[in-house]
Amino acid sequence: MTNLELQKMANEVRKGIVSGVHAAKAGHPGGSLSAADIFTYLYFEEMNIDPEEPKKADRDRFVLSKGHTAPGLYSTLANRGYFPVADLLTLRKLGSYLQGHPCMQHVPGVDMSSGSLGQGISVACGMALGAKMSNAGYRVYTLLGDGEIQEGQVWEAAMFAGHRKLDNLCVIVDNNGLQIDGRIEDVCSPYPIDKKFEAFNFHVINLDDAHDFDKIRAAFKEARETKGMPTAIIAHSLKGKGVSFMEGNADWHGKAPNDEEYAVAMADLEKIGESL
Amino acid sequence: MSEVKKIATRESYGNALVEIGKENPNLVVLDADLAAATKTGVFKKAFPERHIDCGIAECNMTGVAAGLSLAGKIPFMSSFAMFAAGRAFEQVRNSIGYPHLNVKIGATHAGITVGEDGASHQCNEDIALMRTIPGMVVMCPADDVEAKAAVRAAVEYEGPVYIRFGRAAVPVINDRPDYKFEIGKGTVVREGTDVTIVATGICVDSALGAAEMLAKDGISAEVINICTIKPLDEELIIQSAKKTGKVVTAEEHSVIGGLGSAVCDALCKSCPTPVYKIGMQDTFGESGSAAALIEKYKLDAKGVYEQVKGFVGK
Repeated sequence: MTNLELQKMANEVRKGIVSGVHAAKAGHPGGSLSAADIFTYLYFEEMNIDPEEPKKADRDRFVLSKGHTAPGLYSTLANRGYFPVADLLTLRKLGSYLQGHPCMQHVPGVDMSSGSLGQGISVACGMALGAKMSNAGYRVYTLLGDGEIQEGQVWEAAMFAGHRKLDNLCVIVDNNGLQIDGRIEDVCSPYPIDKKFEAFNFHVINLDDAHDFDKIRAAFKEARETKGMPTAIIAHSLKGKGVSFMEGNADWHGKAPNDEEYAVAMADLEKIGESL
Repeated sequence: MSEVKKIATRESYGNALVEIGKENPNLVVLDADLAAATKTGVFKKAFPERHIDCGIAECNMTGVAAGLSLAGKIPFMSSFAMFAAGRAFEQVRNSIGYPHLNVKIGATHAGITVGEDGASHQCNEDIALMRTIPGMVVMCPADDVEAKAAVRAAVEYEGPVYIRFGRAAVPVINDRPDYKFEIGKGTVVREGTDVTIVATGICVDSALGAAEMLAKDGISAEVINICTIKPLDEELIIQSAKKTGKVVTAEEHSVIGGLGSAVCDALCKSCPTPVYKIGMQDTFGESGSAAALIEKYKLDAKGVYEQVKGFVGK
């Protein structure tokens, strides 16, 4: 896809995020919006996947380690054709397959259930190792929050991935700088994130604008071409990206917009769409 | 009289893995720096390319096992019960149990027969923790024969399985030609009419010894060996409880949440019966030899005998 097509799709993904969370009256819009361009690039450009055959054996895998941003993943999967976009409005409702956090048994395209922070990256390591043991060519991608990397298990997994030279593993840290309690450097700073992953024997790519598709494209290409070690992409993003009042505001980590806010948010996104 | 053959079920675990590993190329084994102790070292030696040492990082090992299962492998993640079920509980619950993945947890050094290492390493809570996870099969083999059979059954079963093994050598009691193993099936290993002793793991042998002593006092004890604590063979236990009217449970585990609780859960539904629970009585263990500890905590034949006798009141 061209950058323009990707931008348009990412904007649709954002609308789906806002609509789903608004309908649910709960959920996590901030980190879903910050990662929307990454989600879009992965599912529309980077990964070898097929919505018609969600479980095909040689597909690339994705683990949403920051599982609370399920609205972002769901909206991407829906827009990619795994299930109807209209179903996003059932998010978090009783009986919906779109659980508050991703459940692999119920959502087509979800490769692993997640939600408890720090665990997805370990599972991604196991998938990547399993691929290598079976001489399978697929790649494994996992998206982590920058608050999530405060979890010790992330570094157990990083040590394992570096030690095992899992070059079919690509870890993406959505570095939007905010967590529930505030700025990550105020709560319990994980910085410098790049140097930490380097120390764990990762090839590190600093993606200085996680909303620029040229840069996203270059980062994933570099990751794919990196051999002999896993890659960590530190994706510098803006929490709440695309919705004026959510941008850079930790309050929108895990809160749904009311009807008025929803109208403003959708108008913001419509405007962005028109400008593309 | 010839000596009774004794072998630790952790040894059986390692040996079974090697045996099944020869037949099944998808079997992989994970350890957290304890391969020598969990006895998976023999698998590591036989199949180095299928043994993954994760280092001292059980939480990550749990996730790696989950990922390997999603890549088509049948992973056995091995560690001490304290770390596999205890430290990594939430990882087991969320990364294995919730997605119902085909991961097998081989937890060795369960209970107080860990011995000299003391209370920090004596896990008396693992059965309780594991049986609360929906869909988790929980097994606690009594001896070498049953341990090997349980490992094989776990490989054949699709879904998460927790198997508890011990450190100390225990008598082989199931070495007979008609021995059959099935997940979820208990076995009456001695028939009786006055009291039912439902035992698991090393306490099966203790219960059989206790039944001998009780017989001399004119008490006829039925002994049921429960290897699979979840799903529990409720029918067998209820049938026996109806016959004897008194049930004693015996386990090398806390009396809170383990076999005793599982049996009470089963009985209270359809056959309310007085139950006496033998096990660790809401206390931590301590250092000492395995033999000294099971004597002190009344989990040996004599201890079980005394407690059953007190309960039956004859």
